[in-house]
Amino acid sequence: MSHVQAPEASVRPTKNVHVELTVNGEPREFLCAPRESLLDVLRNRLGLTGAKEGCNNGNCGACAVILNGVPVNSCLVLGVEAAGAEVETVEGLAKGSHLHPLQQCFLEDAALQCGICTPGFLVSAKALLDRNPDPSEEEIRLHLAGNLCRCTGYDKIVRAVQDAAKANT
Amino acid sequence: MKAFEYAAPRRESELAGLFSGRPGATAVLAGGTDLVGLMKKMIVAPDRVVNIKEIASLYGISADSAGVTVGAVTRLDEMLDSADLDAFPAVKQAIRGINSMQLQSQGTIGGELCQRPRCWYFRNGCGLPTELGRMVERGDNRYHAIFGNRGPAKYVSASRIAPALVALGASVRIVGPASGEAVEGPPKNGAPVAQDGNALGEAIMPLADFFVTPRAPHQGETVLDPDQIVTHIHIPRDEQIASATYEVRQSEGPEYPLAAAAAALRIEAGVVTEARIVLGQVAPVPWVSEAAAAAIVGQAVTPESARAAGEAAVARATPLSQNRYKVQLARVSVERAILQAAGLETGGF
Repeated sequence: MSHVQAPEASVRPTKNVHVELTVNGEPREFLCAPRESLLDVLRNRLGLTGAKEGCNNGNCGACAVILNGVPVNSCLVLGVEAAGAEVETVEGLAKGSHLHPLQQCFLEDAALQCGICTPGFLVSAKALLDRNPDPSEEEIRLHLAGNLCRCTGYDKIVRAVQDAAKANT
Repeated sequence: MKAFEYAAPRRESELAGLFSGRPGATAVLAGGTDLVGLMKKMIVAPDRVVNIKEIASLYGISADSAGVTVGAVTRLDEMLDSADLDAFPAVKQAIRGINSMQLQSQGTIGGELCQRPRCWYFRNGCGLPTELGRMVERGDNRYHAIFGNRGPAKYVSASRIAPALVALGASVRIVGPASGEAVEGPPKNGAPVAQDGNALGEAIMPLADFFVTPRAPHQGETVLDPDQIVTHIHIPRDEQIASATYEVRQSEGPEYPLAAAAAALRIEAGVVTEARIVLGQVAPVPWVSEAAAAAIVGQAVTPESARAAGEAAVARATPLSQNRYKVQLARVSVERAILQAAGLETGGF
């Protein structure tokens, strides 16, 4: 672009930006165009397809990941913004074959049907329990209000988060 | 999404060289919760995106005896957690209303104020606002304005925190090129200077004057020029002011309210001596209701006086063909914001 003059070093071109970050505790790197979202990068360049593309517009929460300690909709974050960041995705919850208490309770409480919203719920619920290990039902419902599920009616999801909180304490 | 260049300056002074004065050429990225979605739909298609989140001076909350200053890229969840903002319940209540943890922990205060209208004609590529005026008037306008809608702009201002901040008398700091015509207000000593020698100009203005109703396609919803950004918001401290925000929402999800109001009241010896009532989601700007304020000043806050203020607020509403229902919701919002500010039961849910 020639219409603006800028210190060259601070403007990245439209293609192939090199980004280094930490994903689920491991250092990763990728090349991406500035217009690719973090969700695109996770799924298409890093092979982490746990985060789902739902509305792609920040309404449904299916793409939620934890970015530097806070839950975000990765469809609304640019991949280049994640340079130097720590990202946690649903793939980081289980330790080998040992499920995270949230995952175990989602299974036992049948807190999923079709499952496409489940990674987002798990990540949002983890962000909640990391911050508040013993949330009330109302706090859970408020915290998960940015995640949409069209199958379960939410009750079982809320019970599963309550049970996971009990299991943790 | 159209391809774009990306810049992430680390100092305010670097901004001067990064912006073009050409409308639409450069977009400012903060939390991204509005901009990224607009870019995906090509409603906004900049040549360059400038991420301002890495500029340390734009981040954080500081308080002194005069008030609280919030940097534009401070996240909404950080504002909720800040004890410095406990003195301004209207602000915290408005943030809590954004019922999505992701949007609260991703969104910034500067972006919340500068977000584009939710108008579905605009969001579907029909432009804003002049070419829209007739379309909205004849079409589905159930979520559109009931005040300030006689001109071409009939959308509602999207910000949910602005009514509270306007009611509390907040001001904004704006920076842009010093030579530009658009920087209003007195220049301050110590304005930042860009690396290449271009000076950045600074303006501080009441937030109430920041929002404007556009009359022509090239005008925006705020006074910002394409090469200006909001850097800080300042809320003056006044221990005597009680405040509240009340939103009418269709459900508990993260969708926008149908109507809202913020009230800031000075109550002395049981009587309101000063009031600022600002409605949200009802006009192209946060709508300051002098009539509601006049109705409550001199009165004790009671269900009756609050109701009278609500009625005064909507007496001159000009609803469109499908949004007459919003008049009632706006009335109730004002009534309940006043009751809530005074610590009384609001009724309802």
